Amino acid sequence: MRKPGSWFETELEQRGVSRREFVEFCGVMATALALPKVFGARIAEAVLKAEKPVIVWLEFQDCAGNTESFLRATKPTVADIVLDVLSVDYHETIMAAAGHQAEDVLAKTVKEKKGAYLAVVEGSIPTGANGAYCTIGGRSALQIAREVCGGAAATIAVGTCATFGGLPAASPNPTGALGVADAVPGLKNLVNLSACPMNPENLTALVVHYLTFKDLPALDGYRRPLFAYGKSIHDNCERRAHFDAGQYVEAWGDDGHRTGYCLYKMGCKGPVTFQNCPVVRWNDGTSWPIGCGHPCIGCAEPDFWDKMTPFYRHLPTIPGFRLGTPVDKVGLWASAGVAAAFATHGLISLVQRARTGSVKDEHIPPPPPEDEPEKPGSPEKGASS
Amino acid sequence: MTHIVVDPVTRIEGHLRIEAEVDGGRVTDAWSSATMFRGIELILKGRDPRDAWAFTQRICGVCTTVHAIASIRAVENAIGAQPPQNARLLRNLIMAYQCVQDHVIHFYHLHALDWVDVVSALSADPAKTSALAESISDWPLSGTKYFAGVKGRLKTFVERGQLGPFANAYWGHPAYLLPPEANLMAVAHYLEALDWQRDVIRAHAILGGKNPHLQSFLVGGMATPIDLDRQASINDGSIEELRQLAAKAKDFVSKVYIPDLLAVASFYKAWAGVGGGVGNYLVYGDYPEDDGPNPPLFLPSGVLRNKDLSKVEKFDAAKITEHVKHSWYDYSSGDDKGIHPSQGETKPNYTGPTPPYEKLDGTAKYSWLKAPRYDGLPMEVGPLSRMLVAYASGHTRVKELVGDVLKKLGVGPEALFSTLGRVAARGIETLLLTEKIEGWIDQLAVNMHRRQLKIHDNSKWEPSTWPKEAMGVGFHEAPRGALGHWVHIVDGAIANYQCVVPSTWNAGPRDAQGRRGPYEEALLNTPVADPTKPIEILRTIHSFDPCIACGVHVVDARRNLLAKVRAV
Repeated sequence: MRKPGSWFETELEQRGVSRREFVEFCGVMATALALPKVFGARIAEAVLKAEKPVIVWLEFQDCAGNTESFLRATKPTVADIVLDVLSVDYHETIMAAAGHQAEDVLAKTVKEKKGAYLAVVEGSIPTGANGAYCTIGGRSALQIAREVCGGAAATIAVGTCATFGGLPAASPNPTGALGVADAVPGLKNLVNLSACPMNPENLTALVVHYLTFKDLPALDGYRRPLFAYGKSIHDNCERRAHFDAGQYVEAWGDDGHRTGYCLYKMGCKGPVTFQNCPVVRWNDGTSWPIGCGHPCIGCAEPDFWDKMTPFYRHLPTIPGFRLGTPVDKVGLWASAGVAAAFATHGLISLVQRARTGSVKDEHIPPPPPEDEPEKPGSPEKGASS
Repeated sequence: MTHIVVDPVTRIEGHLRIEAEVDGGRVTDAWSSATMFRGIELILKGRDPRDAWAFTQRICGVCTTVHAIASIRAVENAIGAQPPQNARLLRNLIMAYQCVQDHVIHFYHLHALDWVDVVSALSADPAKTSALAESISDWPLSGTKYFAGVKGRLKTFVERGQLGPFANAYWGHPAYLLPPEANLMAVAHYLEALDWQRDVIRAHAILGGKNPHLQSFLVGGMATPIDLDRQASINDGSIEELRQLAAKAKDFVSKVYIPDLLAVASFYKAWAGVGGGVGNYLVYGDYPEDDGPNPPLFLPSGVLRNKDLSKVEKFDAAKITEHVKHSWYDYSSGDDKGIHPSQGETKPNYTGPTPPYEKLDGTAKYSWLKAPRYDGLPMEVGPLSRMLVAYASGHTRVKELVGDVLKKLGVGPEALFSTLGRVAARGIETLLLTEKIEGWIDQLAVNMHRRQLKIHDNSKWEPSTWPKEAMGVGFHEAPRGALGHWVHIVDGAIANYQCVVPSTWNAGPRDAQGRRGPYEEALLNTPVADPTKPIEILRTIHSFDPCIACGVHVVDARRNLLAKVRAV
């Protein structure tokens, strides 16, 4: 028998990664997971000793966007290794085998690694037409999901389709599409990484956490890791100071737009969307949607295709918004989607304060109270780590 | 006679099932079936047309820009918005980076394993591999030590017994013809391409905030401000980074992808006689070189019939129809006739077997794809069609590049109508676009220096400026071929939306007249040495670069419906 960890160290060596660099990476991961730095050593130890964990990646009503996102994992570079050293036994988009030989791989893994493999699910699961809206090898997505997720050590739903039903489940949900939690109720150890697509750095961090602690990280009410979904986009936004100062983009390409003013008036859903986009950013930290000038569309939240649309209509008055601009035609938007999002994150009191006395006038919240929770010019933690 | 089922067809986007009859070692008939349906066009009804790009973009996360582009073009066409020059340049850049990155991923990560035997690479001599690599390219990563390192890494991987995505494939199949050294070189480049694609596509993060699913599209322009001196805009620094990424793309494509393609193809020349398909080629054309309606296009539009390169017909959008005779939909006027997309309708009606099932009935309905036809004929779309139409139209650079490749392989133009031809055309197009990107960056930079910073036509942003009712169409040449979106807007909301998509053209089933679709036709006469390991079928199917999630859609054309933008 080989010594535990030796294969991993060989991998590191062959990748030209020193042990010191690897430990540094683990420190960064510890930070991403909001753990004290001292955990870096523990993560390094755990990952180095781990047997190569088996991943089964299922694609149902999907666009392969999360698969593509997974292929973009870059930061830190050594994160590749952590993903690379997973044994991705089944993943239709990348695997060499096809047809029966691919099905055999899946059947073998599910049987021989029962209770030990990780299932990753991408895409929603249709329940209409007896499952005929999505079949693989003649079996329905639901049949496959029940079997594969049911035998997994943990299931990670990646992207908003797999977590909440996403686009196929948008009104009128023609195929009866559901997220994993609803399609296969009662799954133990289910983690949701919502967003469209999920950010690959969050998948890396989740897997590292799992390998280190043999357990799942702390989750929010939607079973999303708090390390990635614990704060709103708005709270971490680099344009937050402009929001607080009342500086807004008024038209596409205007001076404010070029300067990087707040996109609230152009429809930004950052205040009601919880994800670490502004901190982790995308594609090796290159940029992110607000950073490149487009409002957040709220893609990490349940039912965002229905609750966050029209995308270019701005949110009703929210806490901290001081211009007093009357916001009409808001409809039920705020009371449904927004309140749910805030409630989940323990911010219901803010919403309640904002909504006091507003029910009669078409759900338009009044101006915020004087004692704002956020002070201008005091950026939240995390932005600089 | 053996009946073969390949399901899942892997290394593609989406869910594709191929059934084929094999007799005497050859495919005698074939059926292409898409087995997933979402109903995105139904979901679009009643929504704000300015949001549509984000919805349609999610049709596909691999070709993540294409449905966004087609959508904003369709809505702009309907409401009369005119994107300014900078928006055209930004879009051309986004499209070109997409196509280049996507084609390289296809070659190395989705198609190569049909031609490259990973296990054989273990018996390669690193010194000979180095000599081979240096004989075909001056790419610097070519030393003996480098290839010994790759081989060692592969060896560790195999010896550990956890083959991951390489498990249970067709390794050792007699259809693999490359010597071990060529296999090792290709495996090394498979790994390099993984890193390369991650880096090059950062151009999309600069231009669109993230990839996949860029988020900078707007009806009427783009949301990415440009200003040399502002940190929150595409500025001097971003221009320089875009240039570097373009150079990196061109370097890898010209020094790794193209030499590899030629080296691999030289062992598989027999595949220039396989997989010809329907022989009709359709191109909408793309990459506008000027602003305004009907601009000149860098890749020209046109139609070729019966593999005849002497006559390029003008493309006429009125000649497009879609059939559902063998698709799981019903038409109210009956299934015996095709319908134009602008009149299209949908009633999904699954009549196939209840899952789990073993076999589909090819004489009945058997796919979630419709069968598009042009002037009643099945058409192949994609890089091969584009290169053929450009070649036949006298496109100077395309003629040079095609001539060069044919000469190096020692084959004539007839070799292009094949599985190998598709592979070669994709490479040629990639090189062509890498040569083009820098010019568009330059034009953008010049505009920025002149302080011409307009990125959006604000005059048509508000729905109050739109006509009460409007129809629009947006065409785009996606990496996988001709893409069209049709939109019908009533009272500021989507009354009807339809996409006719490259993989619907290529992967669609039979039509009302029983004519096979391009995949099905291309599979005829494909040799199959071992029906239990039909690698040859994968070679031809993969040569089209299937993208099935794109192909599956619905239309609903209750044209008089006055839908309202939803209030919630």
